[in-house]
Amino acid sequence: MWDYSETVKEHFYNPKNAGAVEQANAVGDVGSISCGDALRLTLKVDPENEVILDAGFQTFGCGSAIASSSALTEMVKGKTLDEALTITNQDIADFLDGLPPEKMHCSVMGREALQAAVANYRGEEWVDDHEEGALICKCFAIDDVMIRETIRENSLSSVEDVTNYTKAGGGCSSCHEGIENILIEELAARGEVFVAAHAKGKKKAPKKQEALVSLEMPVAEPAAAEPAPAAPAGMSAFQRIKKIEAVIEEIRPNLQADRGDCELLDVDGKNIYVSLVGACSGCQMAAMTVGGIQQKMIEALGEFVKVIPVDKAKAAAQQQALA
Amino acid sequence: MSDIYLDNNATTQCDPLVVEAMLPYFSEQFGNPSSLHSFGNKVGFALKKARKSVQKLLGAEHESEIIFTSCGSESDSTAIMSALRAQPERRTIITTVVEHPAVLNLCEHLEGEGYTVHRLGVDAKGRLDLEEYKSLLSDDVAVVSVMWANNETGTIFPIMEMATMADEAGVMFHTDAVQAVGKIPIELEDSPIHMLSLSGHKLHAPKGVGVLYLKRGTRFRPLLRGGHQERGRRAGTENVTAIIGLGVAAELAMANMAHENTEVKALRDRLQEGILAAVPNAFVTGDPDNRLPNTLNIAFEYIEGEAILLLLNKVGIAASSGSACTSGSLEPSHVMKAMGIPYTAAHGTVRFSLSRYNTAEEVERVIESVPPIVAQLRKLSPYWGENGPVENPDQAFAPVYA
Ligand SMILES: Cc1ncc(COP(=O)(O)O)c(C=O)c1O
Repeated sequence: MWDYSETVKEHFYNPKNAGAVEQANAVGDVGSISCGDALRLTLKVDPENEVILDAGFQTFGCGSAIASSSALTEMVKGKTLDEALTITNQDIADFLDGLPPEKMHCSVMGREALQAAVANYRGEEWVDDHEEGALICKCFAIDDVMIRETIRENSLSSVEDVTNYTKAGGGCSSCHEGIENILIEELAARGEVFVAAHAKGKKKAPKKQEALVSLEMPVAEPAAAEPAPAAPAGMSAFQRIKKIEAVIEEIRPNLQADRGDCELLDVDGKNIYVSLVGACSGCQMAAMTVGGIQQKMIEALGEFVKVIPVDKAKAAAQQQALA
Repeated sequence: MSDIYLDNNATTQCDPLVVEAMLPYFSEQFGNPSSLHSFGNKVGFALKKARKSVQKLLGAEHESEIIFTSCGSESDSTAIMSALRAQPERRTIITTVVEHPAVLNLCEHLEGEGYTVHRLGVDAKGRLDLEEYKSLLSDDVAVVSVMWANNETGTIFPIMEMATMADEAGVMFHTDAVQAVGKIPIELEDSPIHMLSLSGHKLHAPKGVGVLYLKRGTRFRPLLRGGHQERGRRAGTENVTAIIGLGVAAELAMANMAHENTEVKALRDRLQEGILAAVPNAFVTGDPDNRLPNTLNIAFEYIEGEAILLLLNKVGIAASSGSACTSGSLEPSHVMKAMGIPYTAAHGTVRFSLSRYNTAEEVERVIESVPPIVAQLRKLSPYWGENGPVENPDQAFAPVYA
């Protein structure tokens, strides 16, 4: 059974504002009976100041769809249309003290019905641009469509990438098979072959040491236990970076001839982050270019590495957000 | 007033006699049946007794045809994987579109590995087309896997006939009889069925025990290799307690078979008649004339199944639904879709599944409770007017997207 909050149950068992509002002058219909949920929101708006005087809902759907509809009508009453439009689906979920990830789409439906009703009132056309796919990551409520779009936009090629960009797979990890299957299809579509990461006994990130009160003796890491940033025999980390740089330098003239370029951003163990600029960034060729660079790297270093293209602007923005 | 449990196709209550029989094996009778000493020996004898009782329930010829597993799903996987591994030259599987995920998802996975999977379709009542089936039987088919009875609608398939057809074509036949065993009589001795799955928790035994029936002489490759348990066909120390519980449950199922098909069936029929008489725009799904005696699946138009279940639960009635929302997927039940149930009803199906523990009073209470719940939800629905469905729901309700 679903883990519904008490508030969800209350709004389901005793919904507020059920039924159509009389003399409504704004109507928003979303969903359909074939999809399994549908919501009609009716509003009575004061033409003088656009304040929502009354709101009512009619919903075909599950418990949380009905609860989300009821919550929505409570939230918008007394607000102006512009104020109401600032309500997000997360606000609806929060109002209900949370919804299970599988049910977040019910709150999305509420938000969309509101947009549709406002558009109806203003005589505008409202186009739904929201597409929903099968839920893949239940920890973070990320669906198939979202993962595919992100993979395409950013030329992602590993489960780790997908987690970094969308959060999908970052929780319990049981959806990794599903993400791999999506990657296999998406990579095939751009002419690549999905290569799974090697099995790794991932070491847990050391817990932040509490200042002063740590009773544990700081144990020196035995040097061998650390699979040293994948430096193959006889190559120091410094030599390795030099080699990586050399490979990049070697291929740059080729790219520049095509009015493109490539820059080394970071090296993190097996992952080599590069930015592709100019003609080759974002185009179909980008993926092939990355594959080619990766092949050269593997040959030059004599170890398996992964070349990961990063959008420089995005990376910078992320860094800033993190800082 | 105590709660009413009408979800016996999901799982059943352990019979008190089953629990009683199991208790000693949690405490003093803890031996490993494989051990030579007396601790193990006694347990070994108890296992033998349980095996005999399951053999009897299935009407199997030999006791050694009974392999204890951990659940129905394991039995299904073992059967299908065994057929493929024992006959590597055969690359095709025949099954149906209405199987349980235990079979469907495995087949989908195998398809990804290069096997050909034929899924037989069903008609509006959930029945198979045997002509189509016949045309698909060939030397490339490693196994046919068809459920004996469908878990959502209770529809019973012509398993003996289908197994005979497979046998004549020289094809191995497996049936997922998880919903059928204990509810309808089964006699395997002279049947052409090679493999059959059952699950303890559907017949008042505990969860975590199942059986794969394997007809003597059927080529077999184990799923789990290791110790010699179950004659090397399913390694791993036996779940002794649950197996002993299943043995007793099998005896009780035999004893109650007539009751199930008269009394329980009568309760189910009364429930069906009572609800349909009081609720407009509702109909039975599946094949009412060819159905498990305990199962009733009703589609309530213009409302959604999970909402119905939540309100039923509030008044102490437990049932289940094929609605998308109960499973967290976006699609309604694959069984309802396969039967082409109209979209106005597919999301509003509710399954009531009874057992020998249900009473006539309970059934009357459910008959009283259902109509107001349906009415309450229809009042909220944009597809329902004052006294009935709005005309042309598609046009009356004009969403920007569909
Ligand atoms: C037809 C059918 N097959 C298989 C199963 C799975 O059985 P188990 O839960 O023992 O794995 C079920 C149970 O829901 C079922 O109804």
